[in-house]
Amino acid sequence: MTGPEVDSPQTPTEVRDALADASYLADESVALVAFLAQRLGRPVLVEGPAGVGKTELAKALSRATGREMIRLQCYEGLDEAKSLYEWNYRKQLLGIQARAAASDSDEASALDELFAPEYLMERPLLEAISSEEPVVLLIDEIDKTDQEFEAMLLELLSDFQVTIPELGRIEAATHPIVVITSNDSRELTEALKRRCLYLWIDYPDPEREAEIVRLHEPGIDDRLASRLVEVIAMVRDLDLRKPPSISESIDWARTLVLLGADDIDEGTFRESLSTIVKHRADLDLVAEKVAPALGRGEPASSPGG
Amino acid sequence: MTTDPDRGPARIADRLIEFCGALRAEGLAVGTSEVLDASNALESIGWEDEDGFREAVAATVAKSRGDREVFDLVFDRFFFREAEAEALRRESEVESPDGTGDDRLADLSVEGLAEAVAEAIDSGDAGRMNDLARLSIEVFARDGERSGVVGVDLQRIRRGLGIAPGGDGAGPDPEGRREFERQLRRELERRQIGQLGKLPPARPLRDLNRTLPTRGAADLAQVQRAIFRMKRRLATVGHDPRRGGKGRSIDFRRTARASLETGGVPLDLRYRPRRPRKPEIYVLCDVSSSVSSASTFFLSVVHALHDSFRRLRSFVFIERISEVTDLFQSERDFASVSERITAQGGVADVSGYTDYGRVWREFLEDVSSDLGPRSTVIVLGDARTNGRPPGSDSFRAVADRAKRTLWLNPEPAAYWNYGDSAMAAYAPFCDGVFECWTTDQLEDFVDLLARTGGGTPSVHPAAMAPPRPRY
Repeated sequence: MTGPEVDSPQTPTEVRDALADASYLADESVALVAFLAQRLGRPVLVEGPAGVGKTELAKALSRATGREMIRLQCYEGLDEAKSLYEWNYRKQLLGIQARAAASDSDEASALDELFAPEYLMERPLLEAISSEEPVVLLIDEIDKTDQEFEAMLLELLSDFQVTIPELGRIEAATHPIVVITSNDSRELTEALKRRCLYLWIDYPDPEREAEIVRLHEPGIDDRLASRLVEVIAMVRDLDLRKPPSISESIDWARTLVLLGADDIDEGTFRESLSTIVKHRADLDLVAEKVAPALGRGEPASSPGG
Repeated sequence: MTTDPDRGPARIADRLIEFCGALRAEGLAVGTSEVLDASNALESIGWEDEDGFREAVAATVAKSRGDREVFDLVFDRFFFREAEAEALRRESEVESPDGTGDDRLADLSVEGLAEAVAEAIDSGDAGRMNDLARLSIEVFARDGERSGVVGVDLQRIRRGLGIAPGGDGAGPDPEGRREFERQLRRELERRQIGQLGKLPPARPLRDLNRTLPTRGAADLAQVQRAIFRMKRRLATVGHDPRRGGKGRSIDFRRTARASLETGGVPLDLRYRPRRPRKPEIYVLCDVSSSVSSASTFFLSVVHALHDSFRRLRSFVFIERISEVTDLFQSERDFASVSERITAQGGVADVSGYTDYGRVWREFLEDVSSDLGPRSTVIVLGDARTNGRPPGSDSFRAVADRAKRTLWLNPEPAAYWNYGDSAMAAYAPFCDGVFECWTTDQLEDFVDLLARTGGGTPSVHPAAMAPPRPRY
């Protein structure tokens, strides 16, 4: 295993500040795990509800460390040829023809040359490994792939190397920061989990969420922002199929600013409801439970009640 | 750092290994590599602060949300006990209950205390809650209300302060209340340890901490995940993916297209994907009062199944059986489904007691012509016949026609065949009998379903014994 990077941060607080500069407000556990990932050189497996900023964390890490981000979006049926590498058949064919036309050289060596790096098409994983500059590798929504794909990742994640039968082993020149996200739609294999640090990101507490909203929509005033997260918390407290996420809070803030609203009353709420609730059954429930509470104009009590 | 032999890294490493042992005892898969990771992680952070320490160990050791919950419970218990054991070992003073502030306590009324506690709970101030927890223990000890049993004392103090749960949202914030109770319990345990001079035996976490969800949509998501997995597995049941080649037909169009890459030579044969045959599933769900706590859960399982399978027919039964397939298909919202089933599902229910014998007969009449070698019958019920004949002949006829018959029982296996439970009468005809009262078990069921795809019978041993006197 390669040792920690020379320029790796010294304390979790340092990471937190760097992430904040990259406009990502990390809480303590996020900062700590991001720090450990860089120190120990381990991949991070991030899970949590949709839209709490799992993918954003990887992007922020890339901005904070000044590394390029390479992203592999997973889907059902993703395989080696699309994620790791593929031989460029067409180029190989052309190579054969060109060689045949140029001279009648030794055929065996010509065949060997067909499997040279120049005929290799790099896909995201190999690209991340072979990059000269250290990168951030994001493997997004790994739960969408099959278990076989996970097994293929193991070599890459534990030793940061890839074996290509025709070429041999390719070791990482630099140590990438690997972020793997999952929406928890299926259980990942133990083998994969064992190689990763685990991070669960949940909805942030109201103060932090208000900060995040203000960061992404500077046009919103403080009172409206805290009112907004209060209402969002009320909505999340209901039994919804798809509770509003942080990105929806931000969208809503933008909508409110566009509408020129300075307070959230029943009217504005009903008007802009569809920005935060995206499911028909949920819409009815929210309209019934939350909207009247706003109409009375009194400040919402604690969301638990 | 290593000057004091009691505090050096070696000692921490030992504690860490013991801690991981405790986690394993609770069923977490903690490998040696994870222990190594944890100690590496601790080396690179300053672990003076408890949260950092906890998060670092959690990130390396607990690899799912469920694991994290168990981790937190074990962490609190383990390091609390660890600290207490250390205190005992050094014979240092554990704060005595009859300490300094007696004169101050004398004029403190229970009412005043209750008010202060309510205030602290509302403000969510953990430090203040801890102080007040100690104070209340002392006040109640002064009044002679002290049994020495942690649970009993906790109840008493809770009642005295008027923070017992059960108010309809009128009481204090539930989150804060739970925090205060945690503090109380901790303090009471600390005192008990101080008095006895030794640690009470460590008990495993109770299963209750991880029992079935019964709340509706939020937990439904959890069930839905388990069902999603179940769906994937059911879809491939009976297939052997390795048995390639034979009987597969070539997709000529795609092969021809692929051959263009190799100059028209079809090097790379493309096959038509094999379409797995869709299973037909019949779900029978008991909704009688004896399983009322579990039936919400089971209905949500059925609801989730409807999302995943087209060819699914569902039935609910108490005394008689009725088909609710249409109801589930037309109604997307779980709450209204369960409402409509109770209101007008047509569950002919005179006595409110399950009559299994009749249910099988009626089921057989309804669907016997459709049951075939592709059918899977899943029964969700407790097999409590209320002393009525179990009708195992009819059940056998059902099981014979269907390819597979599976039974999920919401009672722990230990209760099967006691009283009016007739599990043993049905078990021999089932391809699988499972206890299912936690989500973990539901997942185990799904696992088993995948492994026994061919239909090998796997009957829970408890189902067969003891031989039960027939009605």
